[in-house]
Amino acid sequence: MSLLTVSGLTIGYESSVLVQDLNFSVNKGDYLCIVGENGAGKSTLMKTLLGLLKPISGTIKPGDGLKRNEIGYLPQQTEVQRDFPASVTEVVMSGFAGAMGLRPFYTRAEKETALKNMMRMGIEDLKHSCYRELSGGQQQRVLLARALCATSRLLLLDEPVSGLDPKVTEDMYRLIASINRSGTAIIMISHDIHAAVSYATHVLHIGDKVFFGTKEEYLKEENGFMKGGHVSV
Amino acid sequence: MFDKFMNYLSYPLVRYAIIVGVLIALCSSLLGVTLVLKRYSFIGDGLSHVAFGAMAIATVVKLTDKMILILPITIISAVLLLRTGQNAKIKGDAAVAMISVGALAFGYLIMNIFPTSSNLTGDVCSTLFGSMSILTLTKGEVTLCAILSVVVVIIFVVLYNKIFAVTFDENFSKATGVKADAYNLLLAVIIAVIIVLAMNLVGSLLISALVIFPALSAMRIYKSFKAVTVCSVVLSVICALAGLVVSILAGTPVGSTIVAADVLVFVICSFIGAMVG
Repeated sequence: MSLLTVSGLTIGYESSVLVQDLNFSVNKGDYLCIVGENGAGKSTLMKTLLGLLKPISGTIKPGDGLKRNEIGYLPQQTEVQRDFPASVTEVVMSGFAGAMGLRPFYTRAEKETALKNMMRMGIEDLKHSCYRELSGGQQQRVLLARALCATSRLLLLDEPVSGLDPKVTEDMYRLIASINRSGTAIIMISHDIHAAVSYATHVLHIGDKVFFGTKEEYLKEENGFMKGGHVSV
Repeated sequence: MFDKFMNYLSYPLVRYAIIVGVLIALCSSLLGVTLVLKRYSFIGDGLSHVAFGAMAIATVVKLTDKMILILPITIISAVLLLRTGQNAKIKGDAAVAMISVGALAFGYLIMNIFPTSSNLTGDVCSTLFGSMSILTLTKGEVTLCAILSVVVVIIFVVLYNKIFAVTFDENFSKATGVKADAYNLLLAVIIAVIIVLAMNLVGSLLISALVIFPALSAMRIYKSFKAVTVCSVVLSVICALAGLVVSILAGTPVGSTIVAADVLVFVICSFIGAMVG
């Protein structure tokens, strides 16, 4: 059964429709890459999937026992975070805030899970460091650890490598692939079609032409796309 | 000097003033960290001017308990201001500036048109800059202030982890099921309550100082949210105490003396921050 089934989804803001009639699904263990031109509506789609924006029409159904708030999220960095005084542990632990309900403090089990996630991301040495003083790649690892605290079933990544240098970018992609191999489904927004086709199992292309299918199907179609000049690489 | 101070302490009014001063300093600095980080530094300013306007109305219509009018008006404004942050034709900072000066002008205007006492300038001045009114608190007001402060502290401690999550990353929190809008609303209400309480202490023009200075000072030195919060509370309480003592002994205005102490501490913290980091 699918973790997430999207049917007939139309997204956008108020009167301006960005993408119409999207249909796709994400299953356990999938690695879906969402590609498309700037302004095609990639970030809007992600916000809609997360429930931050209301869809204009259509439905997003979580399945297989996934709750609506069991979607981990790696956002693009915000302005506020640049001078935010917070330790790495504090940031990672905040991944549990949603699951706490009205309980005021973190449990011991949550603290252990957080430590495990920091170890998985290779940042346990940094746990007392100040988040804003870390490098871009380290910050992304911290935010990934936080997302894993929120859920281990489905992660949404919004341009996870933007602003990183090539070596760190490669490390980041490998890290994401390893998370995916351990059973977490991944939805990643990316500019980078090369990375999309080397790591993803499925591709959703939005823009003038909409495509959803496996990576192999996409590669077959891609030549067609290229002739039409729709794909920016 | 010490004897003189102990002598003053024997008056209940002085003791009340110190209790209330410390409590207000504590509450305002607790929320200050969140407000500064959420880029709402100026909301204190805007709300305090709204409270001034409301107080002017309450004075003119001769309400005996002015709180009945001031508190609800300030809370409603706080909610509206935090709302505009999300989707509005007038952006957050402009909305705050607009409401702030608008309420100030309106308040002064109606106090002028319907004067209730012969010493209008004195009244206005003491509302704006705080007055010796902190030395004329009644026991009821002290009790009210104490209860509200305890409530604020309890709410803050219980919701601490969620406040952190929402402040650090509102979208992530919402996506993972934190009711961020509810927490923002709650914050708005608490801020409004603190502002109204603090008006007695430092006056409506200087309240922002109480909210932002301790947080900014603490942020120069510490690098985790918890340390910054604790440090800003400690600094704020020390400044309030020092300010109160100096103003009682030297006869300086209470509000401005406390704010001067806050500014001094900020300068010192900036130095320490620059030396260490």
